[in-house]
Amino acid sequence: MSLDKTDVEKIAHLARLAIDDADIPNYARDLTTIFGLVEQLSSVDTDNISPMAHPLDAVQRLRPDQVSETDQREQFQAIAPKTEAGVYLVPQVIE
Amino acid sequence: MHTKSLSELSTALHNGDISSVELTQHYLDRINKYNSELNAFITVAEDHALTQARAADVQLQQKTAGKLTGIPLAHKDIFCTEGLRTSCASKMLDNFIAPYNATVVEKINQAGMVTLGKTNMDEFAMGSSNETSFYGQVQNPWDNQAVPGGSSGGSAAAVAANLAPIATGTDTGGSIRQPASLCNLTGLKPTYGRISRYGMIAFASSLDQAGPMARSAEDAALLLNEMAGFDPRDSTSVEQDVPDYTASLNNSLEGLKIGLPKQYFGEGLDPEVAATVEAAIKTYESLGATIKEITLPNSHLAVPTYYVVAPAECSSNLSRMDGVRFGHRCEDPKDLLDLYQRSRGEGFGEEVKRRIMIGTYALSTGYYDAYYLKAQQCRRLISDDFTQAFNDVDVIMGPTAPTTAFKLGDKKDDPVAMYLADIYTISTNLAGLPGVSIPAGFVNNMPVGLQIIGNYFDEARLLNVAHRYQQITDWHQQSPEPFK
Repeated sequence: MSLDKTDVEKIAHLARLAIDDADIPNYARDLTTIFGLVEQLSSVDTDNISPMAHPLDAVQRLRPDQVSETDQREQFQAIAPKTEAGVYLVPQVIE
Repeated sequence: MHTKSLSELSTALHNGDISSVELTQHYLDRINKYNSELNAFITVAEDHALTQARAADVQLQQKTAGKLTGIPLAHKDIFCTEGLRTSCASKMLDNFIAPYNATVVEKINQAGMVTLGKTNMDEFAMGSSNETSFYGQVQNPWDNQAVPGGSSGGSAAAVAANLAPIATGTDTGGSIRQPASLCNLTGLKPTYGRISRYGMIAFASSLDQAGPMARSAEDAALLLNEMAGFDPRDSTSVEQDVPDYTASLNNSLEGLKIGLPKQYFGEGLDPEVAATVEAAIKTYESLGATIKEITLPNSHLAVPTYYVVAPAECSSNLSRMDGVRFGHRCEDPKDLLDLYQRSRGEGFGEEVKRRIMIGTYALSTGYYDAYYLKAQQCRRLISDDFTQAFNDVDVIMGPTAPTTAFKLGDKKDDPVAMYLADIYTISTNLAGLPGVSIPAGFVNNMPVGLQIIGNYFDEARLLNVAHRYQQITDWHQQSPEPFK
């Protein structure tokens, strides 16, 4: 498998990553090499093998639905790049 | 003072031979003297450390101190520390001061230990040489032209150069064990779920696990006692009692069954490293152990499986770094998409971007089954190999890394060559098993690590097996000449 410029641009867009045009050939080369390494998995017989998502096959723990955290908005927003009146500011989304 | 074990330091502190402030100042002085060269620390927490040391001294005077009260340590800069920068070695978090402590940090604070600072690492723990750090590479104290290993390279260099008696690390594919091997330390990656991941910045959540990086198995056991335990704040934390890991250190190894996977001694392993590791394993026979060859037939799938699973999980985890709530934000974004793309493009380094892209692609529509699902199935095969092997043996031994520390820059531009540095450590993360690397000798004056892999929650046995070897060898007591 070989990834080209269009593939890299598409992946970068999906990942919301701005990358320099000049770096695209390097990414294409590196990703092609890495997926070349990964390619050997395709020849492994995995019929009837259940996928392993968690090393201990644990299940999600449940707890009573009770308030356990206090409001720390001011503390959390103190490290935010841009806030106003308790909300996070981003560029206008709806015209 | 800086070559003493944790037990010796504890005794000195409790007897009043030295105060925690004096001990802490001694280490801070060493950091000030050597860090410009080694670059092991990203942040030195002088005021914070001395405040903690003064509090420890009060406890020591009042006789309310615990075993580790007043002993300094260094935290990998992946653990959130309230009021102290946590950068994860990324430009993205260069300005990030966590509003809370990681559970590991909290527990270690409760034990009365003193945080000297935050150590350098590969950016977001992605790397095997510490060369992907935004704050620059770290020198191996054994050879200033060589890498310390990674991703916990700063922690490894700090302890190896006696700038801290012990340090924390994290291990997703070998990031505690490989640098321990390259810097002559005892580094333990516990069973997945043994130590809370709360407040430990996530790389690959089904693989990440914290652990101690120490100068001996005994020191590692003492710190693990404080780090381990159930935490309701980590949904994958395991509810299981924590034994006293020091209690079984001296148990006899008579009858211990050691398995040697033939796949760990094949192509790619440096012959001199192989000979050193084989000699170390042979030593165990004199301690009463028996050795047998075993097979882990799917070992060759570990690296490719890992390079689907880990990037997939990282691409998801790192999506929280979006320039909105914390971390780097680009100047004058023209719209929301531009804000995301440029904040992330500017904030992340090359290797992190590469891995996010691998993961994004592997999880994208039409490719999920071929990559992510397939890798999860191969992960099961790798894990089943170990289950099979542990029917016959108590521990598995082999090399930690295929070579001694390689030179700075050697593998920097070849990601696949770099990934193969973790060829012997990755599979235990995929299986969720504990593993420890211990000093086993030297090749051309560079340290070689022996890896010991145990069954689930068998950390006490791993430390016992490591400790008994350290009672009859002195490899672990060797320090690099300039830092003695």
